[in-house]
Amino acid sequence: MESNRRSFLKIGGICALGLGALPVTKALARKAVPQVSEFPEALKANQWAMVVDMKKCWEKAEEDCKDCILACHQYHNVPDIGTLKEEIKWIWQESYHDTFHDQATQFNIENIEHNPIMVLCNHCTSPPCVRVCPTKATFKDKKSGIVKMDYHRCIGCRFCMAGCPYGARSFNFRDPIPYIKTELNMEYPARERGVVEKCSFCTERLARGLFPACVEACRHGALTFGDITDPNSSVRKVLAENYSIKRKPELGTGPNVYYII
Amino acid sequence: MKIYNAKLIIPGLLIFVVMATFPIWYNKGTAAPPPEPKLNTPAIQRMAEKQCVLPKDQMRTEHMQLLNEWRTEVVRNGNRLYVAWDGKEYNMSLQNECMRCHSNKSEFCDTCHVYAGLKSGSQPYCWTCHIAPKENK
Repeated sequence: MESNRRSFLKIGGICALGLGALPVTKALARKAVPQVSEFPEALKANQWAMVVDMKKCWEKAEEDCKDCILACHQYHNVPDIGTLKEEIKWIWQESYHDTFHDQATQFNIENIEHNPIMVLCNHCTSPPCVRVCPTKATFKDKKSGIVKMDYHRCIGCRFCMAGCPYGARSFNFRDPIPYIKTELNMEYPARERGVVEKCSFCTERLARGLFPACVEACRHGALTFGDITDPNSSVRKVLAENYSIKRKPELGTGPNVYYII
Repeated sequence: MKIYNAKLIIPGLLIFVVMATFPIWYNKGTAAPPPEPKLNTPAIQRMAEKQCVLPKDQMRTEHMQLLNEWRTEVVRNGNRLYVAWDGKEYNMSLQNECMRCHSNKSEFCDTCHVYAGLKSGSQPYCWTCHIAPKENK
């Protein structure tokens, strides 16, 4: 065949048409692909936050009330190792002085220093634990503002424990499963030896439209939970009516757990 | 044709053949029977159409990839609802969804995993944290 401009253009045109048909055939050939999404009932917030009203806790609750701790630790299969060094805790009691040592004045309201304070992970706005994690096992969830853990990925280096100024992280020095003394929650996993664990603001409950276990367990309404970025949320209403403090605000971590003392 | 030192070479060859094939004939008949994962749990028997998340062949070869993808979606992206190719909805959870039907870990998961000799005590390390359903035995 004699090659001339006319036949060259013809062949070129056919080739261009063929290339153009490729995406069309691909689109037609695609089958129904599995889709993933959140549950429709999931609770959403830009930044979840909690207000701990210690006034209510001290005044209304009985001396030995530990409903929030028990509910949380039972729900999340938190073990009770029994020693202070290997203690695993998601929400626990801390002394006033250790919680607010920057607030301590010499002459406080009587007895305030002897009252315990409920503390948990602050789900900081700029969390130091996330910054130091070498494997990105702990991360700040952009959708909800929760500081989450991917236990699959944790290598147990404990940098995050050194990084957290609130002591909110616990390390599993041994296999925790034999030490789970509460009834096992079959819907939630346990952890294994060599991973760090902490409060998750009940991510898995929020995904199902439920508030955190501790908030639900408190009979005196001392724990308020909501979206701190929403001016009409329950937490913002409580904060607008009461003077509140945060733990170690001078560190710039931006804690999202507020205290009414 | 003449073989030099045939007295030594032929018995030597015989000994070599016997020793080289020793593993084959020594282990004959002792091979473990191929695993038969059981699907006779109450949840599966109640199903009208016995269908897993993916077609059976795909589940058999790709369940670990699926579990990995589910893990990433749930933990990292917060997506917990999976709409399968046939339109059925699943909660992307090993403990709450896979084991809801396959509540017989020792007769389902373990049969193949032990047969294939997976490391860590012949089980994948899912179960160091995830809690397997209680089996009545």
